[in-house]
Amino acid sequence: MTERIASGFHPFVIPFLLGMAFVLGWCLVAGVRVIFQLSREDRLRFFKSFLNPGILLKDIRDIFLDCLLHVKLWKRNPLLGYMHSSIAFGWFMLIVLGHLEVMFFLPDRLSTPYYPIFFNYFVAEGEQTIGGKLFLFLMDFFLLVVLSGIVLAMVKRVHSRFFGMRRTTRLSFTDSIGLYSLWAIFPLRLLAEGFTAHISGGSFLTIPLNWVARAFLGNELNMLPTWWAYSIALCIFMCVLPFSRYMHIPAEMLLIPMRNAGLKVRYARKGLAKVMVYSCPGCGVCIDACPMSVKKANTRDTTVYLNRQIRRGNEKRIEEISDKCLLCGKCSTVCQIGIDAPMIRIAQRSHRKYGLDQDYSDLSLDRIPKPEPGGKVLYFAGCMTQLTPRISKSMESIFRKAGIDYRFLDKDGGLCCGRPLMTAGRIEQAKQLIAKNTELILSSGCDTLVLSCPICWKIFRERYDLGGMRVVHHSVYLEELIENGLIRPSRVVETVAYHDPCELGRGTGIYEEPRRLISNVATLVEAGKHHEGSICCGGSIGSLSLGFSQREELTRNALKNLTVASPRSIATACPLCLATFSRYSDRPVQDLAELVDRSLE
Amino acid sequence: MDFGFRLAPSSAINLDEVDLELYRKAALLEPDIRICMACGSCSATCTASPYSGMSVRKVILCLQRGRKAEAASMLRNCMLCGKCTMVCPRGINTRHLILSICRVYDDGEGGK
Repeated sequence: MTERIASGFHPFVIPFLLGMAFVLGWCLVAGVRVIFQLSREDRLRFFKSFLNPGILLKDIRDIFLDCLLHVKLWKRNPLLGYMHSSIAFGWFMLIVLGHLEVMFFLPDRLSTPYYPIFFNYFVAEGEQTIGGKLFLFLMDFFLLVVLSGIVLAMVKRVHSRFFGMRRTTRLSFTDSIGLYSLWAIFPLRLLAEGFTAHISGGSFLTIPLNWVARAFLGNELNMLPTWWAYSIALCIFMCVLPFSRYMHIPAEMLLIPMRNAGLKVRYARKGLAKVMVYSCPGCGVCIDACPMSVKKANTRDTTVYLNRQIRRGNEKRIEEISDKCLLCGKCSTVCQIGIDAPMIRIAQRSHRKYGLDQDYSDLSLDRIPKPEPGGKVLYFAGCMTQLTPRISKSMESIFRKAGIDYRFLDKDGGLCCGRPLMTAGRIEQAKQLIAKNTELILSSGCDTLVLSCPICWKIFRERYDLGGMRVVHHSVYLEELIENGLIRPSRVVETVAYHDPCELGRGTGIYEEPRRLISNVATLVEAGKHHEGSICCGGSIGSLSLGFSQREELTRNALKNLTVASPRSIATACPLCLATFSRYSDRPVQDLAELVDRSLE
Repeated sequence: MDFGFRLAPSSAINLDEVDLELYRKAALLEPDIRICMACGSCSATCTASPYSGMSVRKVILCLQRGRKAEAASMLRNCMLCGKCTMVCPRGINTRHLILSICRVYDDGEGGK
């Protein structure tokens, strides 16, 4: 191939150059700013992670699999996966191949940034064309791949159900400009290369297009305008990129190494939280996943819109959305980026100023009733279990039947575990309660702590330091008792559907122990959506602002999901789920402890 | 004339003279404060109550009577555990109510 234009320049590249300079400048400044917003310790950790070959390799692998191939979306819905990966990977390959072409044929021009993009305009067919055939074929092939993705994207806008999505995100103004310019880029590229194919050469797409175009139009007057249009479309896309959801492209490349370095969200709007918010591609998978979406009005309070409002800095909406959420964490399990939505919401809540702060420093531990000294196992029922004494009674009964020397820590009242304060964003206050509870529990001298409430269990696991004391949720503990032969339950003929409580399942990953426990005493049937897909009961204390009446529909929806296999009863492992379901359920709802205790009689 | 006894000083609260600003501000954030019927379920279940006298019912009552400092001394002990919300027969989101009240206290007023 030879150069067609001696100067190697044409004014139509200017829009592209402007757009590219703008977007690169913006991303560079934003990236440096975000890294400097990290705490000193986090920043060091982030930089050090690049020196660790294991993490570096994982970074590269994750960026390739998640950003380009969208593997997680493929698993969710192949068509959705193909749509995203065809555009991302196809475009990436066009850019890479463009650079390779320049490298092979015109190595002098490698430093000219627009050459790989507008290669076909600047070259003419020469002796080397045969060697370029493969390149030309590959360029057309990947252009076809991208175009097929664009067609699918258009179909998805009209009918998202084909892609396994009931609802998609409503576009903001800049998002739609970004979307339409993105849709325009590739057809324009096809036209531009097609009109030029008799000069620069082409392959199975561009050459037939060139024949048709020249047969009908008979001249080359369309060539330059389409190259201009292609360049302008690129410019528009790159100029709106920082203000639209397409910012996820550069942001995700920063998020992946940050996450692999093990950073945690520390500030509500800075550092990692900011990168997460900008990494949201606005795909809207979280809308269908959110248990609140059973009410159409609530769909605007899902994670994708929270991220958008944080980007806009709309304080009123940020507060509304972050306070309403149940913190069930289901959106995070379906999110392909892995945005930790509960953590972002808690960070927003902790951002808030209160005129009056809780303070427990005056609370003396002497005033809290304590069990008699001795015992091996300490049982902490927690606040919610105190309101559902059937659970603690069953637990006590099982302890006695198994002959375990136990002590009931909060039989006559105790302290809250601190998790409700944590979910409300009152981190410092939660820490005070954690310190007091730790002292209380350690003074008991027991070696195992059994908890009945997953809300307590989550914070005990994450924030408490009880030395060598073992902390265990009762679903796991009861299963162990059966395995060790300390209790021998008899099976009953009963079908039981198990509800995965959010804090136990998605919160701490305990799915199988409760199921094995139920299988020991009854016949387990699964709900419509279970394990990670389990639907929150609607009673969660995670939501600050959701009122009693607004929760009813959520609970009924969760119950409908639980009873698809027509079980005789519903079992759960959380006192709050138990109380919430009991309100509206048409069949008995029971805790695992009750189920086991009954089978021991 | 001395009858050997006299009228006790009135303990009635003149609601016209009470500063209801805080109550009104809280009602803007959580209107359900107005539907409380003072049944005391919240007080009965409160985790913090045995150690501190915290009671949502009393807090609402105090605000209705303009007793900010008294309400603040109770609210400071709340652990936000949410038991009061679970038992409220009127379905008031008491947890949100408590947070809302804490919020509308002016800086320093609720402080020690």
